[in-house]
Amino acid sequence: MKPAAFDYIRAEAVDEVLEGLSKEGGNARVLAGGQSLMAMLNMRLARPKVLIDIMRLTELSRIEDRAGAVTIGAGVRQATLLAWPELTRTLPLLALALPWVGHVQTRSRGTICGSLAHADPSAELPLLLVALGGEVHLRSTRRRRRVSASEFFVGMMATARAEDELIEAVSFPAHNGGRCAFREVARRHGDFAIVACAAVATPTGVRLTVGGVADVPMARDWPCLDGSALDDALNGFAHELDARDDVHATARYRRDLVRIIGRDLIGEVLQ
Amino acid sequence: MTRLAAHSRYPVRLSLNDTPVEAEAEPRMLLSDFLRHRIGATGTHVGCEHGVCGACTVIVDGMLTRSCLTLAAQVDGCEVQTVEGLAPSPDRLGILQQAFRRNHALQCGFCTAGILMSLDHYLRRNPSPREADIRDLLSGHLCRCTGYTPIIKAALEAAAELAATTEEKSDA
Repeated sequence: MKPAAFDYIRAEAVDEVLEGLSKEGGNARVLAGGQSLMAMLNMRLARPKVLIDIMRLTELSRIEDRAGAVTIGAGVRQATLLAWPELTRTLPLLALALPWVGHVQTRSRGTICGSLAHADPSAELPLLLVALGGEVHLRSTRRRRRVSASEFFVGMMATARAEDELIEAVSFPAHNGGRCAFREVARRHGDFAIVACAAVATPTGVRLTVGGVADVPMARDWPCLDGSALDDALNGFAHELDARDDVHATARYRRDLVRIIGRDLIGEVLQ
Repeated sequence: MTRLAAHSRYPVRLSLNDTPVEAEAEPRMLLSDFLRHRIGATGTHVGCEHGVCGACTVIVDGMLTRSCLTLAAQVDGCEVQTVEGLAPSPDRLGILQQAFRRNHALQCGFCTAGILMSLDHYLRRNPSPREADIRDLLSGHLCRCTGYTPIIKAALEAAAELAATTEEKSDA
């Protein structure tokens, strides 16, 4: 339970991070809050040759509310965003869901972008990014690009980030005052979700996003449904998610949670 | 940019409970191991080593921190507080520690160091917690003697006592 040996780089400028990633490629990993990566290193599920620590870069620790989007730098810790005074107004869904991300003791160190980079299928932040249709800002020595949430998560713990790219920031479209709801079932508050769901009102109806079931968070947009039409839609969605049995829950139980929580949340948002 | 080579040791300097300390560490050395093996501060316990059990929780620059998910190299120059810093003097327990003792809030004591650090951090910032808040905080710790009920009781008792102490001070 100790990490394999690696070189440690303490970056003092973003260019140093980009150059390091460009030179080392897949041998390098970016270290931010460490709440996912350090556990992977300790268990030797990851064995990078080089760790590049970005937490002394103050330019990555900004939260900006501009042009209808909230942009959160790679160094912003989860606790910092949760304490941001504008959060409830601009991103009410995140205000509801962030207390479910890990524990007080891990949110204090863990970053928003780090959780997205890790892309655990049961983690809340990838689900929230898909639910709100956010974008990941990637940067390398070659280029800068933005990738939409639905294209960023490509599989279990797999993302569209190339090996030489840094997740510089993430942006969530502000949904000022928009109706939304979030609920999660886990064995213990703060543990990874067995099923987590977010519902967000859209101009034409509602979007339901589900985490913890498929390899990536999955979203469906529906018009304003109720009654048996909603039941059928939820049941169809629950089966499409291709739930599997594991030590935490059966596939059937996961589908039940999608049907039940989905119905409750959509009711809350559309009422 | 600072680059530390994998198999070399480098000095790590930090403030431990307001006292400067220094020792050498390889880049891969965890803060938990650095505290215990290099500094000899064995009050911080090591349980799961992947951030789940909470036994190794310390405070780094005012942030609750799993020391097993933190490298010694990351905290170079930081202020670290551990359970050794809680008692006001070697022969006296702090208010929170006394409440733990009175309420039998520890049995084997393995998880206690981490829980004390979380509670100390929390009660300083939230002087009148609700039981639900304490339970939420404790969800980040595992106690396998299943002593949660007395731990919650001790925490609430300590909070009340700390509040009374503060009031007295403000009246003085």
